[in-house]
Amino acid sequence: MGDSQYSFSLTTFSPSGKLVQIEHALTAVGSGQTSLGIKAANGVVIATEKKLPSILVDETSVQKIQILTPNIGVVYSGMGPDSRVLVRKSRKQAEQYHRLYKEPIPVTQLVRETAAVMQEFTQSGGVRPFGVSLLVAGFDDKGPQLYQVDPSGSYFSWKASAMGKNVSNAKTFLEKRYTDDMELDDAVHTAILTLKEGFEGQISGKNIEIGIIGSDKVFRVLTPAEIDDYLQEVE
Amino acid sequence: MSIFEYNGCALVAMVGKNCFAIASDRRLGVQLQTIATDFQKIYKIHEKLFIGLSGLATDAQTLYQRLVFRHKLYELREERDMKPETFASLVSALLYEKRFGPYFCQPVIAGLGDEDKPFICTMDSIGAKELAKDFVVAGTASESLYGACESMFKPDMEPEELFETISQALLSSVDRDCLSGWGGHVYVVTPTEVTERILKGRMD
Repeated sequence: MGDSQYSFSLTTFSPSGKLVQIEHALTAVGSGQTSLGIKAANGVVIATEKKLPSILVDETSVQKIQILTPNIGVVYSGMGPDSRVLVRKSRKQAEQYHRLYKEPIPVTQLVRETAAVMQEFTQSGGVRPFGVSLLVAGFDDKGPQLYQVDPSGSYFSWKASAMGKNVSNAKTFLEKRYTDDMELDDAVHTAILTLKEGFEGQISGKNIEIGIIGSDKVFRVLTPAEIDDYLQEVE
Repeated sequence: MSIFEYNGCALVAMVGKNCFAIASDRRLGVQLQTIATDFQKIYKIHEKLFIGLSGLATDAQTLYQRLVFRHKLYELREERDMKPETFASLVSALLYEKRFGPYFCQPVIAGLGDEDKPFICTMDSIGAKELAKDFVVAGTASESLYGACESMFKPDMEPEELFETISQALLSSVDRDCLSGWGGHVYVVTPTEVTERILKGRMD
């Protein structure tokens, strides 16, 4: 109503006190492929659907889950190209921190700086907000951590969270299934079951992606073969 | 005369058993004239981290202010104290930033790291770190200090014995250096307490 007259300019508040471009960015996120993350007692798992537009696409060339540092990984929901820009900037910030302190960057600090970048793009001239929400999973001295960062630049620490198309069903499922003392393997199973809930078609190691980090503090993306093993365990 | 010898300074840090000691002289001079006899050269960054800055006094003071600024922001952001190794990397980076117009300072960093393991290091004025397991020295009296420490040091000294050793090493070295002296300032740091003592040596 009154909002639509303000929906073109990013840097103008609407009468209801919202920045309408950010709302639209969140809509873009909400229509992206589902992704989720679960924090276990001894690690974190993040997962996403990997629905490709055609069977002719070489699925081995597509990787949605990215590494930011050896002990921090990230997955997104929303516009893939926007997420690549953020991954690039976050990696640079993590390396700058390391160059200065010769120490790996704590997860909270990296999330804070990434969120600051996203906020910049909601308050500058001539740019638009990022059309992605990120789930950042890491393991540092403070233990396993899972953060969600939104296009507005706000970030939250979660025990378990989901984003994208199937978010409400996925979150309800996670609320029921989550326990504080979950082990990493259990968390992977729960993640797969949650993805399965809203999955159209046959789920396999080729159309989902899973990244885990355990107490060894090394983030890695599971191979399709490993995912198929977990899928069999779930059956 | 070298810019590093304008004000005069003697700094030494030593590692003991689960503790460390850091000591300096107290003279501030302008070439041959003594201006102050109570000048502070060792600064506390936090309860378990100290830095001594030798060389040009004005650069030492400015560098110290910059380091405190950086550390305070770090503490606020990360909600923890900086580890000594991390702090040493920070000092090294700050010094190298000014590679072609450097701070005329040589820092000595001493602290208790993870699990209260003592850490000492020194670096040159452009940030080349020198880690040591036993002792590090800096300043106009550094050559005498190297000799004194090498002969007096033994590993795993308790805090009291460490204090005696570092004090003897400092006082005997500054006696051979006309630009440093007028007493000593010694900090002995253990995981539970910090002891600060003033030494009275030859007041010249």
